[in-house]
Amino acid sequence: MNNSLIIGQYVPGNSIIHRLDPRTKITIIFSFVIFVFFANSVPSYGILTLFAIITTLVTRIPLRYILKGLTPVWFLIVFTFILHIFVTKEGSVLFEVLTLEIYSGGVIQGLAISLRFFLLILITSLLTLTTTPIEITDAIEDMLYPLNKVKFPVHELALMMSISLRFIPTLMQETEKISKAQASRGVDFRTGPFKERIKAVVPLLVPLFVSAFKRAEELAMAMEARGYQGGEGRSKLRQLKIETRDVFVYILFTCVIIGLFLTRTY
Amino acid sequence: MREKLIEFRNVSFRYGEEEPWVLKDCSFSIYKDEWVAIIGHNGSGKSTIAKLMNGLLFPQEGEIYISGKIVNQETIWEVRKEVGMVFQNPDNQFVGTTVQDDVAFGMENRGIPREDMIKRIDTSLTAVGMNDYRLTEPHRLSGGQKQRVAIAGVLAISPRVLILDEATAMLDPKGRMEIMNTVSNVQEMNQISLITITHDLREVVQAERVIVMNEGVIWDEANPREIFAKKDKLREIGLDVPFIALLAEELKKKGISMKNEPLNHNELLEDLWTLHSTM
Repeated sequence: MNNSLIIGQYVPGNSIIHRLDPRTKITIIFSFVIFVFFANSVPSYGILTLFAIITTLVTRIPLRYILKGLTPVWFLIVFTFILHIFVTKEGSVLFEVLTLEIYSGGVIQGLAISLRFFLLILITSLLTLTTTPIEITDAIEDMLYPLNKVKFPVHELALMMSISLRFIPTLMQETEKISKAQASRGVDFRTGPFKERIKAVVPLLVPLFVSAFKRAEELAMAMEARGYQGGEGRSKLRQLKIETRDVFVYILFTCVIIGLFLTRTY
Repeated sequence: MREKLIEFRNVSFRYGEEEPWVLKDCSFSIYKDEWVAIIGHNGSGKSTIAKLMNGLLFPQEGEIYISGKIVNQETIWEVRKEVGMVFQNPDNQFVGTTVQDDVAFGMENRGIPREDMIKRIDTSLTAVGMNDYRLTEPHRLSGGQKQRVAIAGVLAISPRVLILDEATAMLDPKGRMEIMNTVSNVQEMNQISLITITHDLREVVQAERVIVMNEGVIWDEANPREIFAKKDKLREIGLDVPFIALLAEELKKKGISMKNEPLNHNELLEDLWTLHSTM
């Protein structure tokens, strides 16, 4: 059994952030992403950073885990910083490196952009770290509900997402089984030149696709037999509910945003 | 006279114009609270019967009635409320991301209110002995457990007929046992007709009546004991005769004849040790 797979890196927990309504989390994180671009002074950045860090601490997810998850992004953050240092030519010259002049404006801008980048990634990763994929699906279905009026298939989209989520582990197990079966027939997935290894994927993908289509067909039949006839007239077992803690978090976030607008320079 | 729940009247079916007939002029009835086993080798038309009962397929000739209503495009949703089905592959009929979501799926489709759903999830999961797994994801369950959840999902909509279409075919012996026990419990507890479709003669012993299919026609219809007595003919149409039945046959050849055809281990033992008793 493949139990090591963590979809969307969800870390189970019982913190207030975990228990928040997923719609609250999505709304706040989405607006945070927008408001990050309004920060332009040290105190305004300070407020947002403080908010992000406190939120991270409240989730009680080990910091090591979060930082490890950010590893691939560190490179981008550092790269952005370096790029800004060399490209932006504002303010006074600080020092020279190999005939390249480093301006103070470049350093400041580099720091600001990198920090912005870091905040964006940190806060958005908190969403998937504290919310199960199915909760996110429910929230999306609920939030997109108004689009039903313009004939956008919201329910179908959500059902598609939840069925995909349900089948990811099943297909992973299947992939493992097929790759073992093919390996026992002499297909080499690990060694050899890159081109050969790409070729070796074909005997893995073909049976996987065939079986996925067969599954889809059988699932459709089973769903029909169980009375599925589209989104109309359906009731729902999973329910989203706004609690006091959601209201509290909204108020707190509004305060942070007011703080941001009071401290930013115009 | 018991109430007729399902009635096939001269039903014929084929998958396409040019294709051979899968079912030829089949007529039979299934009554209220009855356990019927439909048995046949691959391609005998037994799974087609199941799909016809649920309105997943429609016959080209003849009519099918489910509790008095004819099955057609207009009535399929009514029919599916009364006929629940469990399929062969445990994975490909599990829709929900957790056990309770999957049990709820059929109820959600019918717009059953949430409070009612929660109660029914509880009772139907208890009936199949899976109440401790409510929040478990499907990939952490065994095949037998998944099939039990599928049965719970059907029970939750309280149908009048439960069809198991080769529901044990992909399970190991332990899973098969689990399902057969669950099914007989369920049948005792709920007022429900049961149709088990299988190619394994061992699974028909608990049924009240057995319909044997061969090449699209009803080959025989009798109780399990009578069916077991026709070993040679069963073998001719490609069915595996269970070990106990073979053993009884061999014993008969040696001159040890039993009172009646044994269906399982215990019956054979019982017959053997009371062989010479005159009580």
